[in-house]
Amino acid sequence: MSTKDNETNGNGNYNEGNAAKTIAADAENIGGNVSGSGSSQTYPGSVVAGEVAPPPAQLKKADFVSGQEVRWCPGCGDYSILNNVQKVMPELGIPREKIVFVSGIGCSSRFPYYMNTYGFHSIHGRAPAVATGIKAANPELSVWVVTGDGDALSIGGNHFMHAIRRNLDMNVILFNNRIYGLTKGQYSPTSELGKRTKSTPMGVIDYPLNPLSVAIASEATFVARSLDLDVKHLGATVQAAARHKGVSFIEVYQNCNIFNDGAFEYFTERSERTDRMIYLEHGQPMIFGKERNRGIRMNGAQPEVVQIGENGITVDDLLVHDIHLKDPSVAFMLARMEYPDFPQPVGIFRAVERDTYEDMMEAQITAAVEKQGAGNLEKLINSGETWVVQ
Amino acid sequence: MSTVIDPPPDAAPPVEKHFEELETVTIRFAGDSGDGMQLTGTQFTNTSAVLGNDISTLPDFPAEIRAPAGSLPGVSGFQLNFSSQDIRTPGDQPNVLVAMNPAALKVNLFDLEEGGTIIVNTDEFNKENLKKAAYAVSPLEDETLKGYRVHRLPITTLNLRALQEAQVKLTRKEMDRCKNFFALGVLYWLYDRPMEPTLQWIEAKFKKLPEVARANVIALRTGYNFADTTEVFTTHYSVKKAAIAPGKYRKITGNEATAIGFVAASQLSGRPLFYGSYPITPASDILHELARHKNFGVKTFQAEDEIAAVCAAIGASFTGHIGLTGTSGPGVALKQEAIGLAVMTELPLVIVNVQRGGPSTGLPTKTEQADLFQAVWGRNGECPAVVLAPSTPADCFHMAVEAVRLAFRHMTPVFYLSDGYLANGAEPWAIPAMEDLPIIEVKFTEDPEGFLPYARDERLSRPFAIPGTPGLEHRVGGIEKEHLTGNVNYDPENHEFMVRLRQEKIDRVADDIPDLEVFGESSGKVLVLGWGSTYGSITSAVERLQREGRSVSSAHLRYLNPFPKNLGDVLKNFERVIIPEMNLGQLATMIRAKFLIDAVTFSKVKGRPFQIREIVEKVEEYL
Repeated sequence: MSTKDNETNGNGNYNEGNAAKTIAADAENIGGNVSGSGSSQTYPGSVVAGEVAPPPAQLKKADFVSGQEVRWCPGCGDYSILNNVQKVMPELGIPREKIVFVSGIGCSSRFPYYMNTYGFHSIHGRAPAVATGIKAANPELSVWVVTGDGDALSIGGNHFMHAIRRNLDMNVILFNNRIYGLTKGQYSPTSELGKRTKSTPMGVIDYPLNPLSVAIASEATFVARSLDLDVKHLGATVQAAARHKGVSFIEVYQNCNIFNDGAFEYFTERSERTDRMIYLEHGQPMIFGKERNRGIRMNGAQPEVVQIGENGITVDDLLVHDIHLKDPSVAFMLARMEYPDFPQPVGIFRAVERDTYEDMMEAQITAAVEKQGAGNLEKLINSGETWVVQ
Repeated sequence: MSTVIDPPPDAAPPVEKHFEELETVTIRFAGDSGDGMQLTGTQFTNTSAVLGNDISTLPDFPAEIRAPAGSLPGVSGFQLNFSSQDIRTPGDQPNVLVAMNPAALKVNLFDLEEGGTIIVNTDEFNKENLKKAAYAVSPLEDETLKGYRVHRLPITTLNLRALQEAQVKLTRKEMDRCKNFFALGVLYWLYDRPMEPTLQWIEAKFKKLPEVARANVIALRTGYNFADTTEVFTTHYSVKKAAIAPGKYRKITGNEATAIGFVAASQLSGRPLFYGSYPITPASDILHELARHKNFGVKTFQAEDEIAAVCAAIGASFTGHIGLTGTSGPGVALKQEAIGLAVMTELPLVIVNVQRGGPSTGLPTKTEQADLFQAVWGRNGECPAVVLAPSTPADCFHMAVEAVRLAFRHMTPVFYLSDGYLANGAEPWAIPAMEDLPIIEVKFTEDPEGFLPYARDERLSRPFAIPGTPGLEHRVGGIEKEHLTGNVNYDPENHEFMVRLRQEKIDRVADDIPDLEVFGESSGKVLVLGWGSTYGSITSAVERLQREGRSVSSAHLRYLNPFPKNLGDVLKNFERVIIPEMNLGQLATMIRAKFLIDAVTFSKVKGRPFQIREIVEKVEEYL
């Protein structure tokens, strides 16, 4: 159908003020025209009307795939993350209608459109604030925030920090590609010093932020890091985050193959990965390397890389990973380790229990009802300084 | 009428006292911000209300919490108008000024009516305080107060002496803090008010501090008896009961009425209230008030900033709560992008703006109405929202309920424009009967059959499907929506269609709001058109002119976007339309643009409300 045939085109009957009335009367018909089914600009429907999901135990990955065409660049790391999250969802035992994905702006923030759950694609940097309102209003919902390095740490830095310190029981996944993708290649708050980008032809001169450091400093109760390439690790990390009661934060190293291709290759490159990365495991000594003969131990207040078997060093000398330490200092220290001085750490850095914001909010309401009785509007409007005129 | 008072046992010969009857009195209490003038004024107000007077009050406090004692910026004032007639404003000009120190006198003297009465605390007119108030010579000793009736009372000394004689066990500083009650006692005698309501209040307030209670009671009684016996006062006054409709009344400020109104809206709709806010003057009291009502299931969220406050409210709306955010003008500036998101996602949301003097930080504690354009047009893109404005402190209750009703019924953000004058001003509120309050119907879509998130009903509202409803999983967001499906859509035809549809949706709200009422004849020479807090001054001014037989009427807009459907018809029946506004003509611009009439702007941007006589004088120019 050509645009000119379209009843509701800008010069058509809408200008006479009748089109809207027509819509109400015959929404489907007009809708067909407006959506311009022949137009190349139209996106296939994300709405799957009338399809109630099976009970949680029978949910499959396909139940979480929305009808919307995924429009990330071919080869983008986002695909792997989406795939993993869709795969993990059925394993959580949560009814589909109780799941809400919330995002801000950026490539990663298109994520909710591709999930067949409730979703809210909000505005730049504000997803943690929107999610806070959703979770505080209805604590029964499983709330997921999908964000990027620019969205969470630049324009949304304030909300990121405060949503984390409030410890709402929600999950925040930060896709860190160290670049601005959607605006086509400017540097981000995680871009390396000196990096040449469109907006920094002579190199970046502001120091990057470490997302894990920010999360830990903001009193996060669950902090983890994974990477788009390691499907197994990513899936397990997302699951662990979902099961954590309280805020969970996952940084995912994600490759932008258009504007920052290979940003993490210097340590993720498959043949060198085991030498350049360390997989943190709770209760295990920190060992890494192709030969599993290198490790991390404390030297005074500083961590250092040591060779097992040299200078009498044994596994017993190594730092044993404990995600439940109340004090966040060790988690912070591990978050600061970077290749090439150290192996780049991934895994769960910290997982501690603390009352959640929404539970405390509900508890205050319960306490207020117990103390003052359930709200009575008539009593309320008749309170204060009153008098009767005869 | 005169009466002879029995002398106290050890007093000098009795002074003959006269009684005089007055219709309306305006008193301004002024002192240092630590002097308790707000409390003194509030007590006088409550007593007058109980006595059956009509009342209207307005506090005027400094932006600084504790400016240096005795300094000009530290002066705090409270104006009270009480009457045997129906009144609508705190009074144009005080008849009486109570000045507790030189700074208070200096700041307030120019407002006092010619020949007005001044009661000064002479004890505070010492060298140091005079210097702080930038008086080279004491105004009590030169010509400054010529033409006024000045009562010089050493209040600090008299108060202290009485408390010491009664062997009150408080420090000197604590005893001095009772001096406002001494002053209140003097005024109670002067205007023939009973002390009982205040005595009861003192007992209740200082239950746990019996010595403080005793001291304040002594201060109040001593002030009263002193006025009764001293030669300083020869006349006292009575202001009779006003002819107020029978019923139960409550003294209420605009901010209280706003907060209670939203709690009522929650009860009337059966939907829980979520208030996201960031502290800002003069809106913070709404947050404080709502935080006290958790037993109504109210959730208050003090956010990290204005943007988070509105975004969290939008999140709460998405789940089916009443999403409410409150702030003042600078806060709205920060929220606008998110309000645009609520327009695009077509979620119910109410934004309270307690307007203050702008631009930027402006005058945080002073009133203004300069955010009308901001509400109607202040967002990127074609971004229409409903705009309401309560007209009196008590009306704040009803318009809060109305804001929530419209937000749900039309799936739209609704602006609620209060201001500093309404927020802090108080008046009697005829408490409504429960059965007179509207029921707010909220319907959520639950049937998955044929569900489309951006389908329309006859109002062009879209269905409201909240998370937790099986089979209605869908996505909303800020990118242009495809008609019906709500999918992301960049098609040019669809965009223009949706832009027009969102506008038409708001236009149709006009079908759902009451017609504009005219006060006075429905045609004539002049129509005074107002909106928001100017209601009291405009109506009183027009009433005064009507009594003189002048051809003038008034009409007051509580709905500013869309306008009531009959507005055009109302306007065309008058030769002239005058629009008084506390801005440079924002409503006038809208009226001129929409109705092509030569409306006259009458501006005032001094951080103060219009006086009745200012409007009278302006209107007279066109009669």
